[in-house]
Amino acid sequence: MTAVTEKTAVVAADKGMTKREWIAGLVQRRGSLVVLALIVIVSTVAFDSFATVDNARNIAMQSSFLAIVALGMTFVIISGGIDLSVGSVYALGGVLAALGIQWGSLTGILLPLVVCGGIGMLNGALVAYGRLAPFIVTLATLLGARGLLLAITDEGSNTRVMPRDALLTQLGQGTLLGVGYPVWIAVVLFAVGAVMLQRTRFGHSVLAIGGSVEAARLMGLPVARRTMWLYTGSGLLAGLAGALAAAYSASGVTIVGVGFELDAIAAVVIGGTLLTGGAGTVGGTLAGVLLLMVIQNVINQIGTLSSHYQSVVSGAFLAAVVAIQAYLSRAHLGRERGT
Amino acid sequence: MAETTVTQPPATRRLRDYGVYAALGILVLYNLAFTENFATLANLNTQLVQVTPILIAALGMALVIGTEGVDLSVGSVMALSAALLPLYLGYGLMPAILVALLGGALCGIFSGTLVAVVGIQPIVATLALLVGGRGLALVLADGRLKDIRNPMLLELGSGSVLGIPIVVLIAACLTLVVGFLVRYTTFGRQLVAVGGNRSASVLAGLPVRRTLIVTYVISGVLAAVAGIVATARLTASDPSAIGQLAELSAITAVVVGGTPLNGGRVRILGTVAGALLMQLISATLIKHNLPSSAALVVQAAIIVVAVLLQRPRLGGGG
Repeated sequence: MTAVTEKTAVVAADKGMTKREWIAGLVQRRGSLVVLALIVIVSTVAFDSFATVDNARNIAMQSSFLAIVALGMTFVIISGGIDLSVGSVYALGGVLAALGIQWGSLTGILLPLVVCGGIGMLNGALVAYGRLAPFIVTLATLLGARGLLLAITDEGSNTRVMPRDALLTQLGQGTLLGVGYPVWIAVVLFAVGAVMLQRTRFGHSVLAIGGSVEAARLMGLPVARRTMWLYTGSGLLAGLAGALAAAYSASGVTIVGVGFELDAIAAVVIGGTLLTGGAGTVGGTLAGVLLLMVIQNVINQIGTLSSHYQSVVSGAFLAAVVAIQAYLSRAHLGRERGT
Repeated sequence: MAETTVTQPPATRRLRDYGVYAALGILVLYNLAFTENFATLANLNTQLVQVTPILIAALGMALVIGTEGVDLSVGSVMALSAALLPLYLGYGLMPAILVALLGGALCGIFSGTLVAVVGIQPIVATLALLVGGRGLALVLADGRLKDIRNPMLLELGSGSVLGIPIVVLIAACLTLVVGFLVRYTTFGRQLVAVGGNRSASVLAGLPVRRTLIVTYVISGVLAAVAGIVATARLTASDPSAIGQLAELSAITAVVVGGTPLNGGRVRILGTVAGALLMQLISATLIKHNLPSSAALVVQAAIIVVAVLLQRPRLGGGG
């Protein structure tokens, strides 16, 4: 079956842009959005409590933290890398915010940004200048950041509470036009991210690096510097998301963020970004995040299903999405590796 | 491997190949000298028993990494096998174990097919199973911890033969089998060839897809064994805790053991040493009253050092 597909792919590539390619490209880029729309429509019809303002607000708030983390991950994955450390860095960001807030809100937000940005930069430096595999470097910082977190919280036993009236806590809990600040921040960051990826030199060089590091280097792009900033950005965003989440719950919870990197990666991949790098969109990631969160919400709405089904559905969905992607990308990109 | 000889000075290469044994040796000597009660049989057994589930999972991981892949699902497969076990214990121990192993094999077929036939990157293919597998385990177990009362299974977890815990014997046997598989069988050669250069293996007419699928199946079955062992040790089936982050520990053991992440080389003995080293590090730090946070940071540093030593290969020709 696959042999036939490959043959068609070759033929399609010869003819240029065929209808099949066009559809493949569309599904790749917009598939998650279509599925999201379908699920939302079906759930609206099926559950009275789904399409309510409260529920939408709820989903938006829950999505915002993962979305901010997934934004950084999108850029890293488009460049052909991966960042496994974001879950630990997210948790560390929250704990640092709760630690720093005792010296004022400004410290409360700057401390996590500086430290988490620093961890991201360390990742970036090891990947870009040390030429180490991103997978393993960020695996090491996953452990290291968790260790740091444990070290500053008396081995995880000390959960610091953030004062309710502090400015930073307000940033997590306050609302503007009925929508929480974290949601606004996520929306603004995604808008900036989309413009950066599509319209700026930085974004284009990230796409180029993901497409082919060698070609990017030969073109004279500052590959190492760009790569380092990508990971720095990913660390910064994870730290920010953690700080906001801590502000939202008004405490630096030590046990959050385990496996969060996997959610972020899943959202990015479901959003149509290729793990091989070189192609992807910020909007797709947003759709991917919302999709994961809506699935979770719908399973809660059904009520009779145990919440454990959520990960079964997410996993099955992820497998289905990447299988379809792999199938389509042969037609779309004609860039099959290996066999 | 010829490439390595060209790009790496012999000293670095030797450090990469034997560094893990040296580090393990130094750590053992340090403990013999400075840690009380280290050289007792009881302590030795404790250390070995604690590391067995990770070690067994790491054996499969080493094979998968040898094919230039990675299996993120091992932790979830462990949970799945732990969840399956009590469901079928009513039919006897052997059927229950067989079902658990079969579950692991099916997981392997799932990820292997996604990787080899559909052409998905190993990280994502096994990520899907990581996410879904634990959910499935929790659904099967109804999210609850189940006590194990089967005397044979309990004996498996806590019994010993000639002073050696049974689980350690199992791990040792599996190490020998996997080591033999890699070094002396056609399958082992094919695995290393596929990992070294997949396109060339295709051109050479090797059964690339079959080799990949079988590799993931072996990894799945070994993860299932690890889940059974963990359950027997815990005397309870706890699908929410068993195998949690085991994939990371297994990958760490393999990488620290000197198996390069870019395939074409499998070091089974190194993997064993890597797993023992990581276990001994945290044990040593705990014995000397250092917090577990320090253990994590030290492990992180060791991973970075291990990959730094492999760098010339990982950096490629660029």
